[in-house]
Amino acid sequence: MISFDKQSDKIQQTQMVVRTVAENMMRPVSRQMDEDEGAIPWDYINFMHTAMKSMGAASLVPQPESNGTADKRPRATYQLMAHNIEGLSWGDAGMYLCTPRGGLGSAAVEAAGTPEQKKKFLSRLNEEDPIFTAMAITEAQAGSDNSAIQCRAALDPGTNEWVLNGEKIFVTAGHKAMVDTDGFVVVWATLDPEAGRAGIRSFVIEAATPGIKITKKEKKLGIRSSDTVTFTLEDCRVPFENMLGDPEIKEKQETKGFKSAMQTFNITRPLVAASAIGVARAALEELKRLLAGQGVEIRYGLPRQKLTNVEREVIDMDCMLRSSWLLVLKAVWMSDNGQPNALEAAMSKLHAGEVVTKITQKAVEILGPLGYNRELLLEKWFRDAKINDIFEGTGQINRLIAARQLLGYSGAELR
Amino acid sequence: MYSFDPTEEQQMLIDTVKRYAEKDLREAAREAEEGGALLDKLVQKGWDLGLLQASMPEELGGFGEYSAVTGALAAEELAYGDLAAALAVLTPNLFTLPLLLQGDEAQADQYIPSIVEGAWQPYTAAFIEPYYDFDPNAMRASAKKEGDSYILQGEKAYVPYAAEAPAMLVYADLEGETQAFIVEADAEGLTIGERQKLLGLNALPLHELHLDQVQVAAGARLGGSEGHDFAPLLDSMRVGMAALGVGLARASFDYSRDYAKEREVLGSMIAQKQSIAFMLAEMATEIEATRLLTWEAAWQLDEEWEEASQTAYLAHSGAADMAMMVTDRGVQILGGHGYIREHPVELWMRNGRGITSLTGLALV
Repeated sequence: MISFDKQSDKIQQTQMVVRTVAENMMRPVSRQMDEDEGAIPWDYINFMHTAMKSMGAASLVPQPESNGTADKRPRATYQLMAHNIEGLSWGDAGMYLCTPRGGLGSAAVEAAGTPEQKKKFLSRLNEEDPIFTAMAITEAQAGSDNSAIQCRAALDPGTNEWVLNGEKIFVTAGHKAMVDTDGFVVVWATLDPEAGRAGIRSFVIEAATPGIKITKKEKKLGIRSSDTVTFTLEDCRVPFENMLGDPEIKEKQETKGFKSAMQTFNITRPLVAASAIGVARAALEELKRLLAGQGVEIRYGLPRQKLTNVEREVIDMDCMLRSSWLLVLKAVWMSDNGQPNALEAAMSKLHAGEVVTKITQKAVEILGPLGYNRELLLEKWFRDAKINDIFEGTGQINRLIAARQLLGYSGAELR
Repeated sequence: MYSFDPTEEQQMLIDTVKRYAEKDLREAAREAEEGGALLDKLVQKGWDLGLLQASMPEELGGFGEYSAVTGALAAEELAYGDLAAALAVLTPNLFTLPLLLQGDEAQADQYIPSIVEGAWQPYTAAFIEPYYDFDPNAMRASAKKEGDSYILQGEKAYVPYAAEAPAMLVYADLEGETQAFIVEADAEGLTIGERQKLLGLNALPLHELHLDQVQVAAGARLGGSEGHDFAPLLDSMRVGMAALGVGLARASFDYSRDYAKEREVLGSMIAQKQSIAFMLAEMATEIEATRLLTWEAAWQLDEEWEEASQTAYLAHSGAADMAMMVTDRGVQILGGHGYIREHPVELWMRNGRGITSLTGLALV
């Protein structure tokens, strides 16, 4: 049955907690964390680690159904996760990306790992100290086209270890995963650069493994409390069982591994979109608050011809924000129900990425000299927002994915 | 929790209406538009699907219960076929649903059973006024209490089937509040103007209306002596127009997508070019976003949530922009062919512009 009932007990309870965290632990340090790019929000990290541990939530990225294996952890639904991510990003999108106990690395283990691998790597999320997990896909010459990656993995038959060589850029939380905490990074590498997708596998590299080091820490437009690093791998050796998935496929020239990794995007894209929505809501609420303070009331219900330009802009933003959030909720609802949602995931992401960019840009514009000033957080949200139209597939890549789905075209038919 | 699956009954209804819209309405739409008339038997066939009847309780001659969500789903499918015909099929709702939702018992009993049990009859409503800044909450048509009756005065426009309607609801300002009044066709002082010539919707007879000191009994005020709450009716009109906009846009999207997959230019199908493919992706995304917002507004109306008014307003506002954007691109994707009246996309583009101004022509 069609329902838009937001009053589910669980969502409401956690939303209140999230709101408290956002207001009391994020907003007060938001400016400082932006100005001091290298700072790590440990108070937030430690608090979230303890809170999530006590709630039994393994990570903010929820765990997909694991095909009848004895995994009895409480299942947090994607719908609930989307609400939490939206709420935390309303607080501070950069700090939200510093939420411990997982991230994309553990999502990849969940999606592609064997039961043994999940047990081994994910149980560590529950230890005393918080850890981070990162995912390293992008290379200098392989961004959106990640089937072009050149990072090599080769098996050393003598020691039965994988030996990795190459360079990975734009790794979110790489420093926190490998230096600041005892976490891991999932690195995508190819067994055979000529084989394209068929040669690509993912490998878990744990902190303190010799041969992997951080060679650059990026300085960014926004989301500055989230670190973004370059890894250089030089004869980095990991055990045979650290290659994610069934070891059988290591011999076969097939794309199963690549596809399963790509499928995690159908789950994570709406969640990235949820983060975008949180930033957009923050900006729109702040805009309305400041306008109200200057005596501008938005007269909902009037015909457009009677509205001022500012009112029209704000009403358009309300409309974009609400409908964009509903696209997210539908996409995560499909994830929760195990329905194929490549189209809906791409649409939610491309829409939210554009909406948050527009709303934050407009908010700064409408407030004129106030909007441009660093005394308010609006200019920061304007900078934070833009990443949502870029990472986890740029707006253009998501349009391409959506168009292929809508037209029934393969990658070769619509390039 | 949020959930996005229609019920089984709703799905059956969607399928039934879709078949009618695709087969019957779509095929007849061009001729109806050019000839300026809808086929009576097609409108009757739409009436016989039982959309209104299914939203009425048994004691009023129907066989179901009212739901704005179901109404929105049905309206979307109808407009997927043809907007003019959709509005014609839904015209009796303009009179009957407000009586069900806000009328008193005497009003409901007097009119609803005979309407619901009979053939399609153009009971209608006079809502829109001929001013650029027409505001449903500040109408210029006025109602004044005089003794045991009300005196109605003013100008109305876009009244469907005004010349054939047995009775209509006339909306007017009563002491700063919009209220509806039941006016019989033969009321003294009621003049039906010429049929209007418009940018689109030429198949649908729409008329101007002049009310010159039209006197109606006190009992003709919708809801009786205490009147009624106008806001939910306006919300329902906005949701209705939004749903029609979504259906109309879907028609244009589907048509231009199919065309793009068959039209070859410079060695490949135009759908294989990103400039076209990305337009289609954006069209589909905006349609889906507006559709969900429309559903949410309808759901909040059914649940009588306070936010319903604002959501309905946003849904209609978004649908107006979306429908124009999508139907414009429908023409653009077909290029020169889109501009020729052999293809339906130019008609949909003209209708698409109407979504913003035609609130009051349908309600769910």
